[in-house]
Amino acid sequence: MPEPLIEMREVSRRYDEGPPALHEVSLRVAPGESVAVLGPSGSGKSTLLNLLAGLDRPTAGTVTVDGVRVDQLGEAASARYRRARIGLVFQFFNLLDDLTVADNVMLPAQLAGMARGTAQRRAAELLGALGVDRHAGAYPGRLSGGERQRVAVARALMNRPALLLADEPTGALDTAAGADVRRLLAELHADGQTIILVTHDLVLAETCATRTVRLLDGRIADDTAAELVR
Amino acid sequence: MSALSRVVRSGVGRRRVPTVVIGLVVMIAVTSAVLGASLMVASRDPFDRAFGQQRGAHLSAQFDAGAVTPAQLAASARADGVAASAGPFPTTQVTLREQRGRRLPPMAVVGRAAPDGAVDRPELTAGRWASAPGEIVLAVDPGRQGPPVPLGATWTLPDLPGTPTVTLVGKARSVSGTADAWVTPAQVAAWTTAGGPRGYQMLYRFRAAGTTAQVEAGRAAVAGAVPAGALTGAVSWLTTRRDATERTVLLVPFLIAFGVLGVVMAVFIVGNVIAGAISAATRRIGILKALGFTPAQVVRAYLGQALVPAGVGVAAGLGLGTVLTKPILNQTDRVYGTADSGVALGVHLVVAAGALLVVTVTAWAAAARAGRLRSVDALAVGRTPRPGRGRWAARWTARLPLPRPLTLGLAHPFARPLRSASVVAAIAFGAAAVTFAVGLSVSLNRIQEVEDVADVRVMPRFEGSREGPGGGPPPGGTPVGEEPPSLDGPAVVAALTAQPGTGDYVGLAQTEVTVPGVTGALDAVGVTGTNAGRYYRMVSGSWLTGPGQIVVATPFLTATGTRVGDTVTLTGRGVEIAVRIVGEAFNVDGDGMQVVTDLATLHAAEPDLAPATYFVTVRPGTDREAYATGLGEALRPAGADATTVSHEPDEMLLIIGTLTGLLSLMLVVVAGLGVLNVVVLETRERVHDLGVHKALGMTPRQMTAMVVASVVVTGLAGGAAGTAIGVAVQRAVLDAMAGGAGFALPASVTDAYRPVDLLLFGLGGLVIAVGGALLPAGWAARTRTAVALRTE
Repeated sequence: MPEPLIEMREVSRRYDEGPPALHEVSLRVAPGESVAVLGPSGSGKSTLLNLLAGLDRPTAGTVTVDGVRVDQLGEAASARYRRARIGLVFQFFNLLDDLTVADNVMLPAQLAGMARGTAQRRAAELLGALGVDRHAGAYPGRLSGGERQRVAVARALMNRPALLLADEPTGALDTAAGADVRRLLAELHADGQTIILVTHDLVLAETCATRTVRLLDGRIADDTAAELVR
Repeated sequence: MSALSRVVRSGVGRRRVPTVVIGLVVMIAVTSAVLGASLMVASRDPFDRAFGQQRGAHLSAQFDAGAVTPAQLAASARADGVAASAGPFPTTQVTLREQRGRRLPPMAVVGRAAPDGAVDRPELTAGRWASAPGEIVLAVDPGRQGPPVPLGATWTLPDLPGTPTVTLVGKARSVSGTADAWVTPAQVAAWTTAGGPRGYQMLYRFRAAGTTAQVEAGRAAVAGAVPAGALTGAVSWLTTRRDATERTVLLVPFLIAFGVLGVVMAVFIVGNVIAGAISAATRRIGILKALGFTPAQVVRAYLGQALVPAGVGVAAGLGLGTVLTKPILNQTDRVYGTADSGVALGVHLVVAAGALLVVTVTAWAAAARAGRLRSVDALAVGRTPRPGRGRWAARWTARLPLPRPLTLGLAHPFARPLRSASVVAAIAFGAAAVTFAVGLSVSLNRIQEVEDVADVRVMPRFEGSREGPGGGPPPGGTPVGEEPPSLDGPAVVAALTAQPGTGDYVGLAQTEVTVPGVTGALDAVGVTGTNAGRYYRMVSGSWLTGPGQIVVATPFLTATGTRVGDTVTLTGRGVEIAVRIVGEAFNVDGDGMQVVTDLATLHAAEPDLAPATYFVTVRPGTDREAYATGLGEALRPAGADATTVSHEPDEMLLIIGTLTGLLSLMLVVVAGLGVLNVVVLETRERVHDLGVHKALGMTPRQMTAMVVASVVVTGLAGGAAGTAIGVAVQRAVLDAMAGGAGFALPASVTDAYRPVDLLLFGLGGLVIAVGGALLPAGWAARTRTAVALRTE
């Protein structure tokens, strides 16, 4: 196996006095892989995603992404890590309603210090590639769910992240829009983008993921990559 | 516990920031109101109150000890119209010499066993009363702090045999101004036996003393009760009152203005914050209504939530206000000569009731409005701004060549214009208050600067003078029937010209004239010197350019119905002098009725009139003390002496300065709290958006910058508006205050602000805004992204 893009070693995350959200989870993901993380509600899927994004820190264990020890980052460093290496796609898009589509897409690049003109060109390129360039000057509230998610994906790809993290990307979409987003993610993976998908959507997992990790009560219950090794 | 009580308790407990802000703001507002109201109470007829408190003397009479006996003087208490008397007290005049050798001007010393009696009860301000030979109590001048002389200080009496020593054991204040110093009667006897001048003082209160005629009648009755010629001088309380009123003529309206400012600001700010806090809770109100609360229950719940912290704030504010007001009241007491012990109970009651009423009315109005909202509308409030609002600003700021977090923040206020308006109002209050307070203080200082132009005063070298210890006027003014001694003008001018370091000087000769249309005599001052105009501030017209011209103050123009450019006729010693009014000056002397003219003008009526005083301004870099000493020596052959003029800050200015600082600080804090309240609310409402920003890579520093930038526009707008309002209010208040006293102020006094000052005050609004936003900006920066993203 090539040098992993993600390496989680015996990672645990416990909130207060309850049972651990994650318990001694170890996971290696190679560059270019597309991994679907499945599991029932409360199994630890979102916690795993948050740890990879640097939005949360593990109680124990180490998380390394693209050579960065994410579990050791402070607030500012994790913000810089996210904007340099991570693209985030959310179930409810999390587009900022008071910014235009183009401004939403440009935001991660501008936070990283990219000049407005450069960011505009990159955003236009992405919006065009994702088929929503006609909405560049519109506000998110006027777009359909599928279009909003495409805009969210464009925003996630703005800084050419090494890793795309998607949390239930089809969860808030109707069937047609869901299929549209599935195709989009599959295309991204085909272009070599490393993707971690947290989803309940088995069709999405089958369409876009080359590997499936199933979580149950904070532990990895099933990992198709391990089965392949066996 | 009812559902309503539970809501109130949870609202107070869980919404800590609004609760704390309401409590703090009410506390500061109440403190400010206690201060303001107390000042208004203290400023009510201060001289009359002080005179009443000390049972002041309507007539301070001086008798020749060789012409009358103590028994005859005691019997004068039964003269017609006399209601009460004190004395006879033995008097003398002594000259004290400091340890370093400097002679103080001669002072009138009265021998009194105790500061009590039926008339004139001097109030001890420090130390104790003299009880043994060698002890002295100095009279404190209400208007000046003067150089601090510590208790225990000693002086010698160089003119008496054996050069005896006296020790300062106390300081006292007599509203009637009956002495420069007090010692025991035995001490006066010892000094006069050794050769000092002897006299007796009797102090009288008359049954009727409201007019000059009544006091004069009383004086005549007293004079008739003693051997002819025994009464050598008498000072009417009306003269003392006029002098004291001159000193406080502007102070009283200033302090009243500050008091009103404190109270008005309290009302506005409490209203603003309460309304803001309630409107911030609109969404919660929607939830309550969805759960079945009636509009009336909503109103009661939010009234309770506002009144609980407000009640605590009122209690704390009353306590803090009392503590802070005490030293300021002490200062006003010193200026007024009053002896008010502290904040009146009535002030406490009125302020407490007023504050709670304001809170109740504002909270009721805001909660009633929220209570009437449909639940669905109330629930929609407080999440995301209504679509479309402020997007033009977001588009516009996005193009600014600034880091993106800043441009994002700059657009925020436009998304919620009403709420931003409340922030602007809070900041404007603070900026306006600071601008107004500083402007008022500067104006007052400008008035004082005129008095500080002179460095050295030249007066006749007294033999038996009653010059005060600080170089001030004789206690009680020039005694009735006495002409002020004059100087040998040419000799003084020659000495001044020869003395190195002399800058400008003005000689003042005083007499009385009558003017058609004005009852009674007016003070007329003849000036002579190198640049007399610099000692007066002109309101309009020009300074004197020669004889036949006069400069007067506004009350004179009002009383005589004249204007600058008119000609009036002065009558002095039966001689009519036609003069033209060439200028209007700001001059409170003689209640603004004083006539200032060239000395040569008055020579037409009084050819021998000569200056009694010269004021000298030394050249920059000249040692005032050394100059005065040298000039004094040079003037000795001419029978004159020179003393430095105290440039100690006027007590009135100290009060204004203290008030300015205190009030400004309080209002700035309150304005900052108002901003804090709103930004906390904004931060809470936008926490999800903040989480998105952080998820997209916004660092804590960028987050802080964005939140702080969100108050920049409101801060600048509030600062600009507040500065403009402050300047307008300063002008209006100054005009009203001066107009109330019958004066017009010169532009140099009213124009208190330089452009750079206005710029700084405007930027002060930004400082208040940023100060208020820093705390919530820190909270936003520390918000856990994962938690924020789950908030919806």
